[in-house]
Amino acid sequence: MTVETPKPVEQLERVVIRFAGDSGDGMQLTGDRFTQETAVFGNDLSTLPSFPAEIRAPAGTIPGVSSFQLHFASRDILTPGDHPHVLVAMNPAALRANVADLRPGATIIVDTHDFTARNLAKAGYDANPLDDGSLDDFTVHAIDLTGIAVAATSEFGLSRKDAARSKNMLALGLLSWMYGRPVEGTLSHLASKFAGRPSVRDANIAALRAGWNFGETTEAFAVRYEVEPAAAAPGRYRNVTGNTALSYGILAAGDRSGLPVFLGAYPITPASDVLHELSRHKGLGVTTFQAEDEIAGIGAALGAAYAGVLGVTITSGPGIALKSEAIGLAVMLELPLVVVDVQRGGPSTGLPTKTEQADLLQAMYGRNGEAPLPIVAPRSPGDCFDAALEAARIAITYRTPVMLLSDGYLANGSEPWRIPEIAALPRIEPAFATGPNRRVVEKDGSLSDVFWPYLRDESTLARPWAPPGVAGLEHRIGGIEKAGHAENGTGDISYDPANHDRMVRLRQAKVDAVAESVAGVEVDDPSGRARLLMVGWGSTYGPIGAGVRRVRDLGHDVAQVHLRHLNPFPTNLGEVLRRYDKVLVPEMNLGQLSLLLRAKYLVDAQPLTSVRGMPFGAEEMERLILDALADLGERPHRSTTLAHVRRLDLQEAGK
Amino acid sequence: MSTTGLPFPGLRSGVELVPTTDQPQTGKDFTSDQEVRWCPGCGDYAVLKAVQGFLPDLGLRRENIVFVSGIGCSSRFPYYLDTYGMHSIHGRAPSIATGIATAREDLSVWVVTGDGDALSIGGNHLIHALRRNVNMTILLFNNRIYGLTKGQYSPTSETGKITKSTPMGSLDHPFNPVSLALGAEATFVARTIDSDRKHLTTVLSAAAAHRGTSLVEIYQNCPIFNDGAFDAIKDNDTKADAIIPLVHGEPIVFGNGAKGLVRDSETGGVKIVAVADVGDDAILVHDAHNPDPTTAFAISRLTDAGYLNQSPIGIFRQVERPTYDDQAREQVRVARGSAPGLQAVVDGGGDVWTVDS
Repeated sequence: MTVETPKPVEQLERVVIRFAGDSGDGMQLTGDRFTQETAVFGNDLSTLPSFPAEIRAPAGTIPGVSSFQLHFASRDILTPGDHPHVLVAMNPAALRANVADLRPGATIIVDTHDFTARNLAKAGYDANPLDDGSLDDFTVHAIDLTGIAVAATSEFGLSRKDAARSKNMLALGLLSWMYGRPVEGTLSHLASKFAGRPSVRDANIAALRAGWNFGETTEAFAVRYEVEPAAAAPGRYRNVTGNTALSYGILAAGDRSGLPVFLGAYPITPASDVLHELSRHKGLGVTTFQAEDEIAGIGAALGAAYAGVLGVTITSGPGIALKSEAIGLAVMLELPLVVVDVQRGGPSTGLPTKTEQADLLQAMYGRNGEAPLPIVAPRSPGDCFDAALEAARIAITYRTPVMLLSDGYLANGSEPWRIPEIAALPRIEPAFATGPNRRVVEKDGSLSDVFWPYLRDESTLARPWAPPGVAGLEHRIGGIEKAGHAENGTGDISYDPANHDRMVRLRQAKVDAVAESVAGVEVDDPSGRARLLMVGWGSTYGPIGAGVRRVRDLGHDVAQVHLRHLNPFPTNLGEVLRRYDKVLVPEMNLGQLSLLLRAKYLVDAQPLTSVRGMPFGAEEMERLILDALADLGERPHRSTTLAHVRRLDLQEAGK
Repeated sequence: MSTTGLPFPGLRSGVELVPTTDQPQTGKDFTSDQEVRWCPGCGDYAVLKAVQGFLPDLGLRRENIVFVSGIGCSSRFPYYLDTYGMHSIHGRAPSIATGIATAREDLSVWVVTGDGDALSIGGNHLIHALRRNVNMTILLFNNRIYGLTKGQYSPTSETGKITKSTPMGSLDHPFNPVSLALGAEATFVARTIDSDRKHLTTVLSAAAAHRGTSLVEIYQNCPIFNDGAFDAIKDNDTKADAIIPLVHGEPIVFGNGAKGLVRDSETGGVKIVAVADVGDDAILVHDAHNPDPTTAFAISRLTDAGYLNQSPIGIFRQVERPTYDDQAREQVRVARGSAPGLQAVVDGGGDVWTVDS
């Protein structure tokens, strides 16, 4: 397939496409392939898969709709986009569930095959929306995609049902033609995915080609669109999801520390993909243990850490609650452990496939007793790599469990990622104990060299890591309070009140000391005149950044800070917060970070909260920032805002 | 330890990959500097002494031995042994030990637990360790009571037990730890008694030599909250009729040779008969190596669920099955042979593009 075509080509700066269909229609695969094609083409991109928690909700119903949204552009972008310019709807339910997100002027491509009276009723339509004028604001292409797919694959001897399943590839072919996407990667993907089923492979490839050719030949599509590649820093790139990047970060931490990786985990959405990914890399010395429950997952990881390897456990939502006691033990034992929480909607089972940031306070405080631990969070899918590496660095250096707070949006979303050179990454030094570390006076007055498992490093306050196998370092550790300080580092059980007070403060001081190894927060305040500061953490980076850009484009000053380290906070954070007249904290919870900031710094940090299971939209963020600026007396106000938004939309829709 | 003492010639010993020492060791070498703080008369003292006395016989390097415990009286055990040790959290010791044993083939891993720790809060971890057959030895101290929390009934207490939490008597039917372990298809299941040091040592030696998860139930008297629970099998006047000794390859007889076990064609299980009534040849010969656990399970059912007047003692089952940890390490070893390096993994298979400067 070549890009040669006689049809006119229009240039666009950015496009948002949403593929929507029934759970069984292959929309995630379609979106993923279009994303890969777009990544290879060189656009910047951001994705938002959305699927039901049920594997197959009743076919044709609204709860069964699965979608994949992709935003790609010739410049760098930060979010998956607020309003699709193109909606591909494979059935009535997919249309009904998604049409409200479209702005007038958007394009809808509908597979008419399932627009039967029965399916319309299942989706809750009284009348066929394709005939009743309700879609008049949009450019609608009503096409029997299934029919074309069946016809295009007739020579391969598939059942009608199997032939119809290739309709998603037909849609992909059509969209690939419309936006000039290279399909070679998809062809080889299909060839390997269906290597064992040649007729299915050939049918899918034929459907893909038929979709492309349909776009090229039919008069319904008068123009093609072109989105130029985005400028990017030199380097080699690929597209990654957050869970993949996080897995690679763990592998890299194993490589840079020289430690084998041991993952103990129990399957849970949306963290399971990390278990799957790491299980593929046993060849790199990775052991993955699918435990009987969440508790055994972290228990085995902690046991492995005691034995001297890089212990990792992953979970989500309710899983972190189950692991709490073992995390407390890890705090007490002072052993390195990386605890990954891919946050999802809560409480309880909550919204397993949707995103949220509501586990921050649980990560901070969700254990009995004073049990502090460092917390880090990635800001984008690709950043999950760096965040995992940083979590492991802190865990190994400070002999402590570290919580890595990803979320469902980061986990399943994807973006282009500059591939790091692993060998150039900093080393992490396990610095195992090798011999006695203390000279003591015995009862008979003689001197002897002994090993104190809780004799701390003076700067990091970390204790020695002494895995079994070294003679002379035999020691016992446990969850009971112990003597573990400079005067008595034996780790022996101690119920002494003063010792307990000292140990509680020492464990806190050790976690606080992590800040010494972390750079101060960077403030993005280009003019230096901003009075409003936006503070975020985790996956809100994209929406906050997009909102800040939009507001700056309107001529306003607004500053942005995004936190990688949630505990301890960077040392300059308080000073930065106090510099601004107004501090806003957008969060997908009811104000957990803002609570911590207010408590620690006595600043009037105000939460902007949203708990819809979806990330903030860029437009929504823009409006929130403009409202805040208006409160500070900055103009223009909302009326101008809405006009501006409308103008942007028209530009984006290519009108 | 050599493989010659093992029931399966050629099978690797449970401690085969653990470094040994030529230096003579004594019980004192395995005694830590910590003061032992169990109640006077506690059965735990006898087990600790037996373990400290028996560990030197293994000839292993002390630094390659790890004891992991949960929570409960017996779980203080690791503090008193001068090996590596971890006193962990309630019920979770088998999961922690699984991580240790899988990460390190050169360690001899022991779990010390009790009836509450192993069978109540940690029941799930216990059965999964047993079915996986992770190379570790689990010492289950069964005193049929909660000691550390001061005397509530446990999952092995007899029904109707009057305690502070059950003033009108406990309602739940007790677990039989041996039946439970056999049901989970454990590869090594034994029962012994705290006060019989010789038998305890023999069983522990076999358990240590076994490659896989060994479960040893140790009847242990709690003199404070459940004193006398095992009197029938300890009293010289009654124990001959109370203990049904199991020795591989030997007919199962007790009561000074007067009673024995035969198969029960009515129930499919086993039953106790007078040897004189059936003749010596009819008596069941104990086969601990039978791959089918059915008979071992039937024998385990002869344990009294109420007050203990009768109990089979010895090795119920000792069979060969690949261990989880050996196989996990083997998968890593095989995968290493053909693996691309980390850089190649991160680079990805395809769909990569380059931006030039």
